[in-house]
Amino acid sequence: MSSIAKELANPDVPVSAELQNNVFITTIDKIYNWSRRNSMWPMMFGLACCAIEMICTAASRFDFSRFGMEVMRPSARQADMMIVSGTVTKKMVPQIVRLYNQMPEPKYVVAMGACASGGGPFKEGYNVVSGIDKFIPVDVYIPGCPPTPQALLNGLITLQKKIDGQSITQVPWYRAGKSEPIPVPILGPDLIDPRHAPLLRQRAAEAAAAQMNAAQPAEAAPAGPTA
Amino acid sequence: MTVAPAPTTTELKLDQLFPGEATPDARKGYSGYIVKPDKLVEVATALRDQHGYDYCSSVTGVDYLEQGQCEAVYHLYNTKTGGPAVVIKAQAPRDNAVLPSLTPVWPGADFQEREAWDLYGIKFTGHPDLKRILMWEGFHGHPMRKDWKEAYYEQEGKPFDARWPGGQVHRSEEKNPFGHNVAYPEGFTLEGWSEQADKAVYDSLPTGGHGSTEEGMRTDLVTVNLGPQHPSTHGVFRIVATLDGETIVKLEPVMGYLHRNHEKIGERNTFIQNIPFTDRLDYITSMSNNHGYVLAVEKLMGLKPPERAEYLRVMMVELTRIVNHTWAIGFLLNDLGAFFTPVLYVAKERELILDVFEATAGSRMMCNYMRFGGVSRDITPEAFQQVKDMVYDRLPRLLDEIDTYLTNSEIVRTRSIGVGVLSAADAAAYSVGGPVLRASGVAYDVRKAEPYSIYDRFDFNTAVRYQGDNYDRYLVRLDECRESLKILRQVCEQMPAGEIQAGKPQYQARVPAGEAYGRVENPKGELGYYVISTGKANAYRYHVRAPSFINLTPFGKMSVGHKIADVVAILGSIDIVLGEVDR
Amino acid sequence: MFGSGIVRGLGVVFKHFVESWADDIRWLGRRYYNPEALKIRQSTKATGTFTVMYPEEKLPTPEEFRYIPFLVYEEKGQEKDYRCTSCGICAKVCPPQCIWIERTNDPKTNRPIPQPRNFYIDVDICMNCGLCAEFCPFDAIKMDHNYELASYDRTTAHIFDKEKLGKPVSYYQSIRPANYAREEQARAEEEAKKAAKAAAAKPAAKPAAPAAEKKD
Repeated sequence: MSSIAKELANPDVPVSAELQNNVFITTIDKIYNWSRRNSMWPMMFGLACCAIEMICTAASRFDFSRFGMEVMRPSARQADMMIVSGTVTKKMVPQIVRLYNQMPEPKYVVAMGACASGGGPFKEGYNVVSGIDKFIPVDVYIPGCPPTPQALLNGLITLQKKIDGQSITQVPWYRAGKSEPIPVPILGPDLIDPRHAPLLRQRAAEAAAAQMNAAQPAEAAPAGPTA
Repeated sequence: MTVAPAPTTTELKLDQLFPGEATPDARKGYSGYIVKPDKLVEVATALRDQHGYDYCSSVTGVDYLEQGQCEAVYHLYNTKTGGPAVVIKAQAPRDNAVLPSLTPVWPGADFQEREAWDLYGIKFTGHPDLKRILMWEGFHGHPMRKDWKEAYYEQEGKPFDARWPGGQVHRSEEKNPFGHNVAYPEGFTLEGWSEQADKAVYDSLPTGGHGSTEEGMRTDLVTVNLGPQHPSTHGVFRIVATLDGETIVKLEPVMGYLHRNHEKIGERNTFIQNIPFTDRLDYITSMSNNHGYVLAVEKLMGLKPPERAEYLRVMMVELTRIVNHTWAIGFLLNDLGAFFTPVLYVAKERELILDVFEATAGSRMMCNYMRFGGVSRDITPEAFQQVKDMVYDRLPRLLDEIDTYLTNSEIVRTRSIGVGVLSAADAAAYSVGGPVLRASGVAYDVRKAEPYSIYDRFDFNTAVRYQGDNYDRYLVRLDECRESLKILRQVCEQMPAGEIQAGKPQYQARVPAGEAYGRVENPKGELGYYVISTGKANAYRYHVRAPSFINLTPFGKMSVGHKIADVVAILGSIDIVLGEVDR
Repeated sequence: MFGSGIVRGLGVVFKHFVESWADDIRWLGRRYYNPEALKIRQSTKATGTFTVMYPEEKLPTPEEFRYIPFLVYEEKGQEKDYRCTSCGICAKVCPPQCIWIERTNDPKTNRPIPQPRNFYIDVDICMNCGLCAEFCPFDAIKMDHNYELASYDRTTAHIFDKEKLGKPVSYYQSIRPANYAREEQARAEEEAKKAAKAAAAKPAAKPAAPAAEKKD
């Protein structure tokens, strides 16, 4: 608080002597970002082990209310930030994408821990998504398995720094037009990302063609790990 | 409180009791009896009714690829006398794996059979609602089968050759054309697909029907979803309930949202690599997860840890129990509406215990502390002093404080007395374990019933309560914390000096072929590890009997007739952790 | 009386409330941002407010604390002499298989030489279990204490290579003094034994008596 007050009181712009210490001259950006970064409401949303460390961060010892983040909202519509705390599974990812779409702009995503960032130790598993950033944009990644509460706080401070760097004239959420929601993945015979539909169709066509030719066994149709 | 009966050691000879129907399992390193599938229900009923094996602890599917057989392994216990398990097995050919369901004998087999169907494709005839439980309906294949390969499949067992000596780093997704961890079956087209995942869930509920109030007013039945993103489901758990007004008519737990393939990965891992993975099962109680697993493998290896290691293990496990129970009480109160204050009070002591774990094992939550034949590190004198301070001073005070704070609070009492009642007979039949079982009046504690490690040396009681409601489940947890303190005091007094590891730890443990079932009394209930070794570096079959998962079996039954707000409290009193429910 | 349970419960809450102020008053403004106070505040003697004022003050990490692994190198002038011999044990024991080691081959003889050409750890897979450090026979890979690693982009930042993983021995000594001392002593003994063996023909000139070994 004190540092920002100092900054606000002593801007780089020349100020006439009678106005000094009476008038704050600042950019709207500074005020805008300062107020935003100190009232980031996380979504009350835990996935796995990391969620326990997130609860510890919310509890008395680490207490992220010191950063204005204590208001954990169970509803996505009231949240500013989603802390993806744990392993994202294929069964869960449609819900996460839906929640992300429900969040109002400006919204931020923190991938907490190895699993949310890139699949983590469970990456090889058949029901595990290799990183939530394959589906929704992530702002800050926090390595660790699980990140300790202090590591999470460090990640949240890193997010605040990112917010500080944004400008009200540039941010996408005040531009004209609606922002497009992210297509929700489908639970098919395996997880289907709708954005992959053209590729899927192409692969199916290829497989069908290969079957028509059928001189040799059909090439590993639509997709195999070795393809 | 009563003391559980002393365990018996008489072993049943099933081949004499059921001649021609049960034969001893003659495979090397195996035990138990193979029962003919058509006689399975008959044998099971006789075991339950005539020999007192009222508790079907674990149902495990195994896929013997080479023999072309699928096998279901049942571990049965007697809750009255305690003692070792009777193990029965039934086999069916892989391509037509059909076995009779044992849910009519033990309803506790319900979820476990669904799991075996989901992951192994073993069809249980006579099961009331056989559908997938961890994966979604419509998923391609039965992923735990040995010939089923995941999208990121690299090699049959770890260590992977790609890592050394020519270790060119890559990310698995770079090798998949979709950039995702996905593989589609041959001939799959997007157009021919219709989503079935949710339909299967709603099909088993009476949707769109009618009910009537006491006054005779006609009402509509409404189906409500809670979760998987809901603040009171303790993670990503989903409850689908049909309501008449606010009263539950039928409730269906839906899980698998955190199914991270623990067992499949466990069968690729070498034995020692699996220890840190067990930490992530029930991530509140990683120390005791380690314990169960190392016990199972030590059984196979014939290892015995030195005295000091045993004491260190018990110390860590009992501290974990206190952490878990106080945490559970805190969150039960969260669910009752006392948002976060009770959690804050217990979190302080939890943090201080976690400091001990961090100083000893290196990590707050994922301890990875135990090794085959010992523990990884000795405790520092400062950490030991901290344990003593906690045991003799802070923790008793915390428990007394919780007691004053909550036990007599009228709000807690009205919200929890008589809510979610589970009778003693039901508790055993539904295979629930831990505090849920003991709150229903069944004095069954693995530490007493079949003592492992050095639990037979300690003087402690089995905490039992008799009403089987939310309030008793809360009280049992408090009682158990006090018993744990009793054990901890004895540990602190008796802690011997000496080695902490038998022999030099090997990075590749040599485990003789055979099967073993190691079980411990986890804070949530009986945690069992079923491990089959073929003498190779990694386990052939690795199964976790997860107490949180099985404790959910009677959840639907317990909730019927209660209000939706009570369901949240009932779930809180069962105390689940999703990492273990879904694995 | 109905309600007495609630009142007693609220008494507990009130006690906590009073304690949180009482301890602040006891320390008279020295309670925060004071390492000495932090130590007491975070020990079993803690009463009152329990908060660590991260990032201004940090909870001290115990020696055994483990986060991401790092590679130890000896400083030889400007050269970094990595202790790693690319034996591959860490890659073999790593549970999620996040370690990649590229072995160097001698271009002439085509035989491996004990220096890794490169060494990668994918921190998006690493589970911080510490088995690599535990089984490394050369004390070449150790678990770091640095947890402040948050980044904006994982594609470029989250595969650590040999350069990024390397840390000097002095750093290792500073974060794990007891472990370092124990290992150095063991190494000295080993060398003394070797020297004794080499000089077996001569009358054994015993090296300095080993100091009392500390267990932890």
